[in-house]
Amino acid sequence: MIHFDKVSKIYSDDSIALDEVSFTVNSQEFVTIVGHSGAGKSTLIKMLLLEEKPSHGTILFEKFDVSRLRRRDIPKYRRRIGTVFQDFKLIPNKTVFENVAFAMEAAGRTDEEIAADVPHVLSLVDLRKKIWNFPHELSGGEKQRVAIARAIINQPDVVIADEPTGNLDPINAREIVEILKRINSLGTTVILTTHNKDVVDAIGKRVITMEKGKIIRDNKDGKYAL
Amino acid sequence: MTIWSNFKRTARAGFIGFWRNGFVSLASVLIMTVTLFVFGSTIFINALLEASIHEVESRVDINVYFSSSAKEDDILALKTKVETLPEVALPVEYISKEDVLGNFKKHHENDEVILQSLDELDVNPFGAILNIRAKEVAQYEGIARFFADTQTDDGGTQIQKINYYNNKQAIDSLGRAVDGGRKIGASITIALALLSILITFNTIRLSTYIARDEIAVMRLVGASNGFIREPFIIAGAMYGALAGIIVLGGFYPVTYWIASSIGDFFGGLDLFAYYIEHFGEITLLLVISGIVLGSVSSFLAVRRYLRI
Ligand SMILES: Nc1ncnc2c1ncn2[C@@H]1O[C@H](COP(=O)(O)OP(=O)(O)OP(=O)(O)O)[C@@H](O)[C@H]1O
Ligand SMILES: [Mg+2]
Repeated sequence: MIHFDKVSKIYSDDSIALDEVSFTVNSQEFVTIVGHSGAGKSTLIKMLLLEEKPSHGTILFEKFDVSRLRRRDIPKYRRRIGTVFQDFKLIPNKTVFENVAFAMEAAGRTDEEIAADVPHVLSLVDLRKKIWNFPHELSGGEKQRVAIARAIINQPDVVIADEPTGNLDPINAREIVEILKRINSLGTTVILTTHNKDVVDAIGKRVITMEKGKIIRDNKDGKYAL
Repeated sequence: MTIWSNFKRTARAGFIGFWRNGFVSLASVLIMTVTLFVFGSTIFINALLEASIHEVESRVDINVYFSSSAKEDDILALKTKVETLPEVALPVEYISKEDVLGNFKKHHENDEVILQSLDELDVNPFGAILNIRAKEVAQYEGIARFFADTQTDDGGTQIQKINYYNNKQAIDSLGRAVDGGRKIGASITIALALLSILITFNTIRLSTYIARDEIAVMRLVGASNGFIREPFIIAGAMYGALAGIIVLGGFYPVTYWIASSIGDFFGGLDLFAYYIEHFGEITLLLVISGIVLGSVSSFLAVRRYLRI
């Protein structure tokens, strides 16, 4: 489904974030990417989201070459990917409902669909009661659950989570992992990055290990090993 | 998605953004209020300037003195002809020789010697006068030439004197002053307008800068550029419209106060009356320039954060 073919990202001569990285993620897989800080995990995800373009190599999403997308087709492409970040990236002056609804509005869905789907998805992440709160009124774990609700609201083909547990305590981290596993078991591909051994072990699925911009290990049912 | 529900959604997002970013909105509206106040003031300053120029211009005229033997019919025929000249401001004033005599007598009613010697003459020694005003100062030259030509044609038997040539220098320098005044007025207007636009643009840019992370998130969620931009443009337009209305209301007491304190210093223009009389145009100008300024500034400001 997603295929990286010798992808490099060279910011400058002494900052090579990705060095000829190749791997394939199949549909419905749950892939965990681990690596030390600066290994290139976030860079890899930025390439996939087209926040940055690769210096060399190609990225295929299904059959098409991502870097060949026309500018105006990029938003549509991004709607097929749900994203979750360490710093939640919620819109501060929108309520929980509006933060999730925004993704649907951006996808051109009707008000009726929004009124029906948003509460439903928010109850999946156990946030029905906080629907009218603003992000600053939520705990870290709750914010991250809002972000996950937003990521899955448009039924994306893949959910990408870049260190989603980075700012959370173990209990909340565990909960987020469980939600992501549930999303994966319902048929959505999940790509997650982390440094956290407990998180990797709790997932217990394929683990790709990165170091200095290269993939150094790819274990089918990996445990954390650095 | 119909266009209407799309519009409703955008308008709602614009309104909510306006309301929730209370402080930023307030600051933007305040700055735009100042901007539009400057904008609006130039309207009134220009009106005052025009009125003053008009007032000065109206004091200038050409006096054509006819000889006492010139026939009234001929003079009146000439008057009709002059009135058809496009440069001439109507009415052309005709003072008959009798009126001139009457005026003269009245002027010298305490001077027995003069009155007596006038009485001894059995003919009226005065000629009739035509007073002509031009629509613009620069046109006096042409009108004067018309009379000079007429004078040449009749061999000087009818027109005795055209006093434009005496005043020529004064009129010319007045013409230059009027031109200069208009140019200065126009440049001040343009300079102020540019300045206002710059200030507004920077304020809006600041308010968008505050929202830059939000814009980045919107893009990540897959919002198209247009979808992200529209609420900002609506909010910008609302800042402008609101500021325009505030300024419009503010001019009510301001012009009232100015009108009552400067009186008829500037060519007798009553600013308050001017404000009331031109209320429609001033409203349109202020509100529309506010909306245009606000929305265009927002458009440009957001564009920065929409580059991939
Ligand atoms: N915009 C940039 N300009 C220059 N160098 C960059 C830029 N972004 C990232 N890098 C470099 O690329 C390398 C990989 O960074 P990246 O953010 O992908 O690491 P990471 O694996 O996500 O680390 P962490 O676990 O700390 O998030 C780092 O050496 C970083 O300094
Ligand atoms: Mg990272």
